Amino acid sequence: MALVKFTYALKRFFPKLTDTKAGGKTLKAVLAEIEASYPGVTRYVLDDQGRLRQHVNIFIDGVMIKDRASLSDPFHENSEIYIMQALSGG
Amino acid sequence: MKSTLLLGTRKGFIAYRFQNNKWILENCSFEGVPISIAYADPRNGTWWACQDHGHWGVKLQRSKDRGQTWEEVIAPAYPEGEEVKDGVPATTRYMWSMAHGGKNYSSRLWIGTDPGGLFVSEDEGNSFQLVESLWQHPTRKDGWFGGGRDLPGIHSIIVDPRNEDHIHIGISCAGVFETTDGGKSWAICNKGLRADFLPDPNQETGHDPHIVVAAPSNPDALWQQNHCGIFRSTDGARSWQEVSEAEGPARFGFAIAVADDNPDQAWVAPADSDVNRTAIKGALVICRTDDGGKTWKQLRNGLPQENCFDIVYRHALVSNGDAVVFGTTTGNLFFSPDRGEHWQVINNYLPMIYSVQFAE
Repeated sequence: MALVKFTYALKRFFPKLTDTKAGGKTLKAVLAEIEASYPGVTRYVLDDQGRLRQHVNIFIDGVMIKDRASLSDPFHENSEIYIMQALSGG
Repeated sequence: MKSTLLLGTRKGFIAYRFQNNKWILENCSFEGVPISIAYADPRNGTWWACQDHGHWGVKLQRSKDRGQTWEEVIAPAYPEGEEVKDGVPATTRYMWSMAHGGKNYSSRLWIGTDPGGLFVSEDEGNSFQLVESLWQHPTRKDGWFGGGRDLPGIHSIIVDPRNEDHIHIGISCAGVFETTDGGKSWAICNKGLRADFLPDPNQETGHDPHIVVAAPSNPDALWQQNHCGIFRSTDGARSWQEVSEAEGPARFGFAIAVADDNPDQAWVAPADSDVNRTAIKGALVICRTDDGGKTWKQLRNGLPQENCFDIVYRHALVSNGDAVVFGTTTGNLFFSPDRGEHWQVINNYLPMIYSVQFAE
């Protein structure tokens, strides 16, 4: 199972958020599993059309995903999926 | 005067309460989070915070205990497959206006968004649906564009208290639209406006009303601070007349407020041209008309008159009875107890102020 990790910034809204194992074979499936555990969290990560929000990044084993629209980047069974925010603002 | 002020600011939701002749900070919620609109529903006292998280998108929060506790509800979202233009997927980028549906529709709420969609809730805000008739308006894809924001946005929603299915909305850039059937169909109400920035200033759409308001004492008396001047209607937006000063500051700006008890009395917060967008000659001024825009009086008593850069955003100037309040882009909040004749500072050190509302 892949291990999903989250930026600490999301813990402001989801205090119980913690590293989570997910068995899904696609990023969309993995996020659906995360949503079931933490209702509402995917609306923070994805926009109305299911695309990755502009200032959110997902890394798979240290590499930023390429397909931000349909989230089709592949990963392995033991991959580490890291959901983080871009450093922007002021 | 109502005793509460709600502020939407760049760094949180802030409420002030008038006690012992002073404005006291009552509540500060969501510290650090931009609040595009802080709204109190006068029907039930519920407070709403339209949040604009830079990273996590827009979120909608409500409080039924004056900000002691908040509950996140699902923010307006565009149905799957909707597009702003061909190839540009639609997602709620900003909540720019909020209004209740009136006494006869006690569960109804309206929210206007960037990129141009109007949303309605019929269940007290538990869920919002896109108003398809406006989204499918034949002028939208080609005739609306960004103004103030990159994509079109609905910043004004005016529900007629005499007939709550009669609603005007203001869109930058498109103009004023009207429904008389609760949002099933929409008519364009831009007659008399000028869009000086377009090749054809009298085009049907593409106008930039920065904010549109109606007089509570006569809902057919509408006012707008437009990008191209100040305009007034006395016939329910069927036609508009420019009432800007030819020589004088009352011309360009973002905000306008109209008196509760006099449809001919209004305030504007002039700024130095659309090129500069700063206080005029380094001095802050509010202008008031008492005669429907024929003449404007400059109100400066108590406002900074040198080294000042403040301007006032479109939702940040309000009146209630004799009281007038405005918040500025550099975090100054001013109060007048006498319709603008004298001004007092409430706070000089707030974040950039996006919205101000009087509430109970």
